[in-house]
Amino acid sequence: MVIAADQDRDLRAAAWTAAAQVVDPEIPVLTIADLGVLRKIAVVDGRVEVTITPTYSGCPAMNMIALEIELALAREGIAKPVITTVLSPAWTTDWMSDEGRRKLKDYGIAPPQPGGGRRALFGEQQVACPQCGSTDTEVLSEFGSTSCKALWRCKSCREPFDYFKCH
Amino acid sequence: MAVASISVKETPLVLYALRRADDALILGHRLSEWCGHAPMLEEDMALANMALDLIGQSRELYSYAGKVEDAGNDEDRLAYLRDVRQYRNVLLVEQPNGDFAHTIIRQFLYSAFADLYWREMMSSSDATLAAIAAKSEKETAYHLRHSSEWVIRLGDGTDESNRRAQDALEDLWAFTGELFHVDDAERSLIAEGVVIDPERLRSAWTATINDVVQTATLMVPARDWMQKGGRSGNHSEHLGHLLSELQSLQRSFPGATW
Repeated sequence: MVIAADQDRDLRAAAWTAAAQVVDPEIPVLTIADLGVLRKIAVVDGRVEVTITPTYSGCPAMNMIALEIELALAREGIAKPVITTVLSPAWTTDWMSDEGRRKLKDYGIAPPQPGGGRRALFGEQQVACPQCGSTDTEVLSEFGSTSCKALWRCKSCREPFDYFKCH
Repeated sequence: MAVASISVKETPLVLYALRRADDALILGHRLSEWCGHAPMLEEDMALANMALDLIGQSRELYSYAGKVEDAGNDEDRLAYLRDVRQYRNVLLVEQPNGDFAHTIIRQFLYSAFADLYWREMMSSSDATLAAIAAKSEKETAYHLRHSSEWVIRLGDGTDESNRRAQDALEDLWAFTGELFHVDDAERSLIAEGVVIDPERLRSAWTATINDVVQTATLMVPARDWMQKGGRSGNHSEHLGHLLSELQSLQRSFPGATW
């Protein structure tokens, strides 16, 4: 029993390490662990079970992410994981790691402000330009190139930029 | 049509999930018709993004309907292999896109309801419905904000944009009553605490509508008469045309994937 429990723990750790490196196909600087899309990995009867959650209901990246997880685990010799998508608790940008926020900013995408939700959505938003840091910015389009982004422009350096929406 | 329609055993819960799924799919499909045709690039992206959210919501609801029915019908079969009389969406969402004002007013009337509805449904005793509600509520809040801003911009814009927005409001107003419609099947779920009674939302919905419409310098139509029928499969002529496009591939090439 002790040995079996150790094996499960090692398998789970190996699976997590592999799955956590899978990147979002639409924002390739972020891993699914950075995003908070990777929720849980368990080992049940020797089989790896991976739980993921979508950022948006219609996010077309989810199928791709599930496939990438399967491939990443297969490369570690872990075959046929069970990949389950859960909706609850609903994903929020607050789950994005600090590392994830930093990577986003370096990539030129303004990270979501912590403490999202309805207040941020309906109140005044102040988004800093990821290029020059100025908060003299304006929204160009509420909806951007993917479900999770809006398009903004910096009035100081004039650069347009993506903003990862609070959610 | 090469493939016959499926039959669905509509228990109250299956029927409920289908009704909400159909609302989301049909409105999502309508919005997707704008892709590549919207008046500006930003709006092309916005309408396609909202379509994506709604179609995503419909997938969750169809999957749940299929699971509850437990007769082998998955999301694809429920979306592609039911005929027009089997669709349960409200008439509002199947109305044609018309001009941009019609699309925006339709979105606003629906989102003002759906935003309240999904937020309240987060307290459903049904864990799956509560989870779908929590997901949908966040997305719908964006749709409401976006469409409200456009209603104001159109109403308080030029004489022509004001006229078109008012025309759209007049055309679509009679379809809003059905948003609050409940029948015996739904009443049984309300009694069990599985779903909420939409009547509870009426005053908040009316307040949102009045607030935005007045800010937009438009007028809420004074007419009380309301059209209904979609919830029981009596649709306007528009839905059949929409479905013929939405379903043609699966009807002609059963089980086709890419």
